[in-house]
Parts: sequence; C-alpha cells; structure tokens
Amino acid sequence: MQQLTLGQAINQALREEMRCDDRVFVAGEGIGVGIHDDPRMATHGLLEAFGPRRVKDTPVTEAAIAGLAVGASVMGLRPVVEIMFNPFFTIAADQIVNHAAKLRYLSGGKSRFPLVVLIKTGAGLGAGCQHSHNLEAWVAHSPGLKVVMPGTPADAKGLMKSAIRDENPVIFIADMILNFIPGPVPEGDYTTPIGVADIKKPGTDVTVVTWSKMLGVALRAASQLEQEGISVEIVDLRSLSPLDEATVLTSVKKTGRLVVLHEATRTGGFGGEIAALAAEKAFDELKAPVKRVAAPDIPVPFSKPMEDFYIPNETSLIQAIKSIF
Amino acid sequence: MEHQEQKNLLRMLLLIRRFEERLVELSQDPKNFGGMMIVCTGQEAIAAGTGAALLPEDVIITNHRSHGHLLAKGAAPDLIMAEIFGRRTGYNKGKSGTLHIAVPEVNALCTTTVVGGGIPIAVGTAFAAQYTGQNYVTVCFFGDGASDEGSFHEALNMASLWSLPVIFICENNVYAGAQRLEEHAKVKNIADRASAYAMRSQIVDGNDALAVYDAVKKAREDCLSGTGPVLIECKTYRWGGHGTSDHQLYQPRDEIAAWKERCPIEKLKASLLQAGTLTEDSYQCLESEVGQIVEQAVRFAQTSPWPEPAEALEDVFA
Repeated sequence: MQQLTLGQAINQALREEMRCDDRVFVAGEGIGVGIHDDPRMATHGLLEAFGPRRVKDTPVTEAAIAGLAVGASVMGLRPVVEIMFNPFFTIAADQIVNHAAKLRYLSGGKSRFPLVVLIKTGAGLGAGCQHSHNLEAWVAHSPGLKVVMPGTPADAKGLMKSAIRDENPVIFIADMILNFIPGPVPEGDYTTPIGVADIKKPGTDVTVVTWSKMLGVALRAASQLEQEGISVEIVDLRSLSPLDEATVLTSVKKTGRLVVLHEATRTGGFGGEIAALAAEKAFDELKAPVKRVAAPDIPVPFSKPMEDFYIPNETSLIQAIKSIF
Repeated sequence: MEHQEQKNLLRMLLLIRRFEERLVELSQDPKNFGGMMIVCTGQEAIAAGTGAALLPEDVIITNHRSHGHLLAKGAAPDLIMAEIFGRRTGYNKGKSGTLHIAVPEVNALCTTTVVGGGIPIAVGTAFAAQYTGQNYVTVCFFGDGASDEGSFHEALNMASLWSLPVIFICENNVYAGAQRLEEHAKVKNIADRASAYAMRSQIVDGNDALAVYDAVKKAREDCLSGTGPVLIECKTYRWGGHGTSDHQLYQPRDEIAAWKERCPIEKLKASLLQAGTLTEDSYQCLESEVGQIVEQAVRFAQTSPWPEPAEALEDVFA
C-alpha cells in the first residue's frame, strides 16, 4: 500500500475530488506559491495541476477567506479554504461561527453551505503559542459545524473526500506533526464517514478515547501496557461533531474504565464532553473515575523542554491509566 | 426609466414605508411580537432604487435594516410578516425573525446582524459568478458604521484584487448607533475608503430613488463588463433611532426635521407629478393599494400557525 503523510493523503483527496468535480476549488494563504511549500503538505503542487482559476492564493485575510467560502458555497460551489494555523481561525471566527454555522438554520433549511475549512494545528514544532494552539473545542461547541480531526493518513484522505461531498460546513483540523509521518493509505476513491469513530485497537480493561496526533501516543502507551497485562481499547473519535456516542459508550460499558486523551488544554477541552457522556450514560458500568490527560492550562510554550512538557505523552497516559486500577 | 416603472418605484417606496410603520405599531403589543424593530424609515429610496435596478438572478446580502431591501428584491410581504410574527409560514419557519430573514427564492441569501459580517460573504457570492461565468451581480448593503470593521477592508481588498462583480452599497444615514460619522471615522465620505483598494466609488443622494436606480444600474453594467467592484455611498438620514427602543437623545430635533423635509417619497412623488406621470388620484390609489397589501400580510401572519417547539431542532444540518 502507498505510504503517505497526512498532508499527502489530503493532497490526494483534493486532487481526486477536483478532477471529478469542477465546483471544488481551493483558496488560502500561500497554497499555490507559498513560504511553507513542501511535498508533504496538503496543497503542494495543486496550482501546477489545476491552475490559478481553481487554486486561489489569497492575501493574508482570514475573514475574507472564510467569507469567500460562505458566499461561494451558498451559490453551489464546493470551496476548500485553508486557515494556515489554528490560532488564526479566531480572525475568521465570525464568518465560521456566526455565518457558516448558522445561515442554513436562519434560512429555515433552504440554503446549503457545503464548504471545508482546512486548518493546520498542533504543538511540537517550536512555533510558539500563536501557531500551535488547538481550538477544536471552540468549533465543536458551535452547532451547525461538523468537526473532524484525523489521526492517520488513511482516515485523512477518506475524511477529506467526505468533507468535500458533505452538504454542510466541515472544519477539518490537521495536525502539523502528522504531516511529516508517513502511513499506509489505500489507492483510489474511498470515503471515511464523518461522525463515525474507529476502534484503532481492541482491548478489554480500559477505554482510551482520543483523536488526531494523540492517537500515536495512545497506541504506543497501549503496547507498553499490554506487556504489563493491561489491555487497552483505543477509540479514535476522528469526528468531534457529530459525536459517535454509540461507539464510545459501547467501549466504555465493555471495559468499565475511561481515560480521555487530547493535546488541547484541559479546562473546557472536548475531553470534558466525553467524560460527561460516560457519566450520563454509562455511570453504572464504570468501575473507576474517568480521567482526562490533556495539556496544562497554559499557552503553548516555545522552549523545547517546556513544549515537550506541554504535550501529553505516553508517560502521562500510562500514569493516568494505572491510577484507576 | 419608463413611466410605469417610475410608478412602481414609488409604489415600492410606499410599501416599505407602510410595512415598517405597521411593524412599529404592532410591536407595541407584545402579543404580536416582542423586541426592538429596526426600520429604514427615511432611507427607503436606497432599497427601492436598488431593487428596481437589479434582475431576479442578482444576489443581495443585507444587514439589520433589511425589510426594505427584501421587499424591493421581490420578497413577499405576507411571508416576511409571518416570519416577524415567528410563525411557521414565515420565510424561515420562525427561526430568523425580523433580524435574519433569508429569502433564497429571490436570491436574498443572507441578512446578517453582525455589523460588517455580510461583506466578505458578498465577495464569495461574487466569486461564484466569476468562477462559473454567470452574469449576475451581488449587491451588499451595509451602514456607515460597518465600514470601520475589519471585514469591510478585507472584503473590499479581495473584491478589488480579483475584479469581482459586486456592488457595495453603503447607506450612510449619519449615525452608527449613537455616533455621528465624525465621531467614528476621520474620512468625510465612506466612498473615500474605496481609493485604498483602487476601487471605483460614487456618492449618491440616497433620498433620490431615481438617482440610486441610475447609479446601481450603471454599476451593474460595469460589474458585468468585468471592470470590477464599485462602492456606492448613499447619503441619507435615519429618521428614527437605531431601533424603536432608542430615544434619540443624541439626534438634534431640527436636524431630524430638516431631513424629513427631504422625504424620499415626497421627492419622487413631486417629480412624477411634475412630469405628469402621476396624479393626486393615482397617488391615493397607490397608497390604498399598499395599505391593503400590508393589512393582508398582517392578517396572514396573525392567523398562521405557530411552530411546534421541537421544530427548533430541525434545519441545523442539510
């Protein structure tokens, strides 16, 4: 099977969808000719392949980029617009939260906004807090948006195809570090459904619910714990909204223990939602308190030892899991 | 403009005026609907003149002061009224109310009350026209206050850079909330801001419906010929407060009185009477006609069913 990074998998999805559907166009800062151009990135080579009509390099103008997507989508196009890094989303937030998410509802169900906002995110590159801040909980808290955060290149390709074909606004958050790690990706056309979690590793003793880059942390921790006799089941959410409650609850009811792992900061993070879900609907099956493993409530620090401290890792996950046995 | 079209224009001015006068009356009784009404009384010529210059395929994006824009684009008074009454028969099944009405049937795709929020969306709808090669324009209405928002500047820059077919119509009604223009911006004219984006601009008497019509018609032709966007500043005046709960303590009485002397309806009426297009009798007929339309709309709204509470859960996703 072909080995692609997350970015390359998204790139392949974009190319395949653009080839099949002229309504699909891509716009963003430096996506055609860019300062961050790299063969491992999502928009690499698209300008050469599809030309400037369909690959629009924009000014540095996040609100207009997001507005472009809202307006173009209601007219029947299928924009994929890139917000370079997650913290820059805040400048586009009015268009995404007040308009993309709400205008269909305000139309009484008459209008559609089939747009994708592709956002790079995550700590680990020493880029500091204004480039690395994970804000998925903000968008997951906005009804009207779908939110996906793939943890593998294969899911990224399938989710991007689903996102482009979806009739609703989809926020597609792609971790930067994953752009540099190859993994197997099926060739050709397939979709990964939005709103469906995936058991990345079956287990019997404890459920770890996670997404995006933290999937790798969970897999490595699980393999260590396996040797110590603790069987971990890993639920990769893939989609935060809609949330696949059934898969989470089935797993939690089976194992009786839940640890939620995410890179975003702890307080108000989406992990609280998963914990609440278990408390509301699987309380009687829980054998131990629910644990959250997340970044501390601080901006992402720059210096390497401090940034490493910020990002949850195998040690912190293993410690949390052991604390409930 | 043909005589009949001029009479239709006057009829639209009267319809907007009467529709909103009735809204204000109805809003006094909470049994009808609650909340502050935001009306365009005194500014009707901008909506009516623009509406007359546009074709059905043209898109409008509007703001909190939208009733006139929607009516002039061809939205049905009874379905707007039902929406304002919160009834299921309203354009948006009661989910929008007075502030957010969308009428995709006439390409009125977005009424946003985030000040300046619609301007980037107009860039998107205009981009779609350019991308698909379709001949329609987008008109985006906003007030003088919105031109201070970052979204205005980002949107005008992108629209100009890409030569998009969009007409930005600023209704400068002297007040942004309680602030006069000189209290919120250093420029004398909002139109001056177009030069920062190498964009054409024009200042129009916003109380002269025929002048607005001419300006928008010309701008439409220019947009479709590929010369890029235009900013039209319509100078007008807000007779009332920002909304009906605004006591207008900051608006000088003599200023209001002076602008009422420049009533857009009286102006067009006088012009049509002078030209012989209109008689006092035919004017009375127009007034009576719009009065009946508005009363019919109120009856339709009042007798329409409420939505079931749980209908609130519908229409989030397609």
